[in-house]
Amino acid sequence: MRTIVLSLTLAAGLAPAGLAAAQASDDGAKIISGRYQAILGDCAACHTAPGAKPLSGGLPLETPFGQLIPPNITPDRASGIGNWSEQDFHRMMKTGIGHDGKRLYPAMPYPAYTRMTDSDISDLWAYLRTVEPVFNPVESNQLPFPFNIRLSMLGWNMINFEEGTFRPDPEKSAQWNRGAYIVQGPGHCGTCHSPKTVLGADKDSQFLQGASLQGWYAPNITGNAQTGIGGWSEDDLVQYLKTGANSHTIASGPMAEAIEASTSQMTEDDLKAIATYLRSIKGGPDSKPQALGPSEPGMKAGAAIYHDTCSACHGGDGKGAPQIFPALAGSALVQQPSAETLARLVLDGSQAVHTPEAKTTPAMPSLGWRLSDRQIADVLTYIRNNWGNAAPPVAVSDVESARRRN
Amino acid sequence: MTRILPRKDVVIVGLGWTGSILAHELTEEGLDVVAIERGPWRDTATDFNIGYAQDELRYAVRRDLFLQPAVEAMTMRNNTAQTALPMRDFGSFLPGNGVGGAGVHWNGHTWRFWDSDFRIADHLNERYGADRLTGLQLQNWGVTGPEMENAFDRFEYLCGISGKAGNINGQAQEGGNPFEDPRARDYPLPPLQMTYAPTLFAEVTKSMGLHPFPTPAANLSKPYVNPLGIAMGECTLCGFCERFGCANYSKSSAQTTILPVLMRKKNFEVRTDSEVLRVDLDKAGKHARGVTYLDTSGEEFFQPADMVLLCAYGLHNVRLMLLSGIGQAYDPGTGEGAVGRNYCYQTNSSAQVFFDDKNFNPFIAAGALGQTVDDYNGDAFDHGALDFVGGAGINCIPTNGRPIQTRPVPPGTPRWGKDWKKATVSAYKSTLAFSSQGSSYPTRGNFLDLDPTYTDRFGRPLLRITFDFPDNDIRMSNWVSDRMEDIAKTFGGRQYVVNRRKKGWDSVPYQSTHNTGGAIMGADPKTSAVNKYLQSWDVPNVFVIGASAFAHNAGKNPTGTVGALAFHTADAIRQHYLRNPGQPLVPA
Repeated sequence: MRTIVLSLTLAAGLAPAGLAAAQASDDGAKIISGRYQAILGDCAACHTAPGAKPLSGGLPLETPFGQLIPPNITPDRASGIGNWSEQDFHRMMKTGIGHDGKRLYPAMPYPAYTRMTDSDISDLWAYLRTVEPVFNPVESNQLPFPFNIRLSMLGWNMINFEEGTFRPDPEKSAQWNRGAYIVQGPGHCGTCHSPKTVLGADKDSQFLQGASLQGWYAPNITGNAQTGIGGWSEDDLVQYLKTGANSHTIASGPMAEAIEASTSQMTEDDLKAIATYLRSIKGGPDSKPQALGPSEPGMKAGAAIYHDTCSACHGGDGKGAPQIFPALAGSALVQQPSAETLARLVLDGSQAVHTPEAKTTPAMPSLGWRLSDRQIADVLTYIRNNWGNAAPPVAVSDVESARRRN
Repeated sequence: MTRILPRKDVVIVGLGWTGSILAHELTEEGLDVVAIERGPWRDTATDFNIGYAQDELRYAVRRDLFLQPAVEAMTMRNNTAQTALPMRDFGSFLPGNGVGGAGVHWNGHTWRFWDSDFRIADHLNERYGADRLTGLQLQNWGVTGPEMENAFDRFEYLCGISGKAGNINGQAQEGGNPFEDPRARDYPLPPLQMTYAPTLFAEVTKSMGLHPFPTPAANLSKPYVNPLGIAMGECTLCGFCERFGCANYSKSSAQTTILPVLMRKKNFEVRTDSEVLRVDLDKAGKHARGVTYLDTSGEEFFQPADMVLLCAYGLHNVRLMLLSGIGQAYDPGTGEGAVGRNYCYQTNSSAQVFFDDKNFNPFIAAGALGQTVDDYNGDAFDHGALDFVGGAGINCIPTNGRPIQTRPVPPGTPRWGKDWKKATVSAYKSTLAFSSQGSSYPTRGNFLDLDPTYTDRFGRPLLRITFDFPDNDIRMSNWVSDRMEDIAKTFGGRQYVVNRRKKGWDSVPYQSTHNTGGAIMGADPKTSAVNKYLQSWDVPNVFVIGASAFAHNAGKNPTGTVGALAFHTADAIRQHYLRNPGQPLVPA
């Protein structure tokens, strides 16, 4: 904020008084709007390392092809984007071609950002110019040969990338269109939540139907009643995005971070728009698989482990308690096709995010030291197939591979 | 070499209940606050992990969460004719350690002291005449029950106490404590569901004309969101409260009620594993400049601050005052000096009833799940024909059925071997216990000072406790124990035992971690160390918060009153002190 005030003062000093006032107020509005674009896009999630100065470069991203380090995007001339022009920035957001024609990897979600309007991109640029410049050289490209050849992205783009601004659907409401714009564009929800092709591109036919990345399973967030958010009301979804918790679940992992840095700071109208849009997406078959019976392998041991270790918080009935213990009964997260996130939560524990309306930050303790891979597989199989839940059993090997990540 | 740190508005010594409450209140006021905590950081999922939180050997027997005597011990003696010796292990009482302090490992009994406690000298003088108080050093606290009501209310709502009011704005409430002072509203949560033993206790005592009611509990009967917006869970009645941290977010503590909000504040910081050596005063000894502390590497720091709040355990508060030269040390010979004065404890006794045909399932329990009878507490009954003042709450609160330490056996059972094993099997489920928690009134000879011989690892004198149960209190406890014997008989079990309190305080067997006094509040600087706002009479930018301020101890657990005093002090600082910082709130 201090930077904004400074730039306004400078502007006032350079121009005739009347003009300066008009100019300053426009710039101010543009910068404030741009800051909101940065919230919608959650730039900080990748470009700010924990404890570092904002946007000065992030922690390495693990991709199936190798490591990429999100660059410094502060206006520092030597190591940031201080010598970029607005046109450079616009081209990068729209096409994935950066300064000096360097092709970006789609870990930078330009396939989503290309949907953004020119004015939103321009505002974002105006805001980024006000961020404190930080000297922090980052070599983004840590990929092994041949993926480290940026020119290969030319071919990738030909196959996977379609440039173009979001086109509203005139059949739908303004609210739906706003939601679709945020989800497909700046919010880039599909970057985590859409399954990927072997080339790492979003599978458009399975948009937002759940995907695995960095050791988490980003769940189905379509309106699917079984595995998506079809069982949630609009208010449930808004409350979740705003606070990190609702009566169905409490956010963990990368989503908790996204809520803290991004969705909890979005306007109520935008959250409602997102909810309207997500709930309208048909996401795969609604049919419920057959739940495993109590005599199936692992179910009996799982029940015993559950009552011994989990029920004190999550309840004998799996209903949990509001704001503090997530419900397991009826939870879509619990019934995803992959149990990767569940295994990780049991192994490592997880702490809820702090938002102004959900301050408790309750934490799931780590139980990896106490439960064997077999026991974790059994207890997860049990919670995925009890209280009306139904999902494939969890294999010991799934838990093993989750543990190996540690 | 002492490193001098940037100045803070407030430095708080100790981040337990009172430190957390004061830190929250003063950061709300916009002050820049740092808390310095001798023990480690502790939080629910990381330190009270559900997978090991209920380890009786680690926490109850080996006392993992408590202060270790190598860090700080006290010396003890029963009277000034004896030479005090250091406690090599804590036994009679168990001070807490680390963030959350003793509020981590408490049972959760949450009482309000009565107006007749705060005005005890006046009250008893008016009712029985001055002669009755001979030999006791009873003093008014400088506040009244009505003045404290709102502060009690705020602590109870912060915690989410489960209970039943007995008196709302003067209207008696069916099922509550008929002897309590008026309160503005009921407890935030209904009472816990009773288990069998307290249910039976209530039936029996009621049939005797007594007035049992559910003990107010910081073990939550329902999920709760407190006024800070922090959610807590419902108690699962696992029976691992005292000596344990709660793994279920269902026992009130700084961790479960304040820290999630406090720790996010930009104007708050805690430095753990850092031991305050002293409060540094100016040359005249009238103004605190800050505190000097050590971290675990042995590096020494000076933290300058405009205000110093001593929020450590009561005994540590008193020792820090004595080590820092805040106020005049109490001299039992002359009765002069206020720091160390009116050290009190708790005068308890207990009873067991052995049945043949009952199953109490003692493992279904919570630290404060039970029934209390206050008919013989404080001055709820006429002492006119009696030879003592004071009284005791009688509590049937089966806190646990833990396998190592809960092994009731009837008298005559061998201490080990086959017959002992057989007896523990039959008595485990079928024994009912109840106890009296008696008042402890001050005498001239019970006090705290610095030991002339023994020092800690840094060469500072240890605190010396000179204490024995006063004759008045022993008479009180015996009389209450007679009433307990009546109750025990009425139960109609096979056999009963009453364990009475005897003179000669012994620091070895566990009795109670309710050490009170030593830096007491009051209206007269000659007989109290702090004024009614817990502000030092001698160094007005120092406040001393905790049970150290109790002018005597009542027949009740102290935490409710400690929490209320923290809010009372916070109000005084926010509403009055900050307008004229550094000035006394009460003219000396």
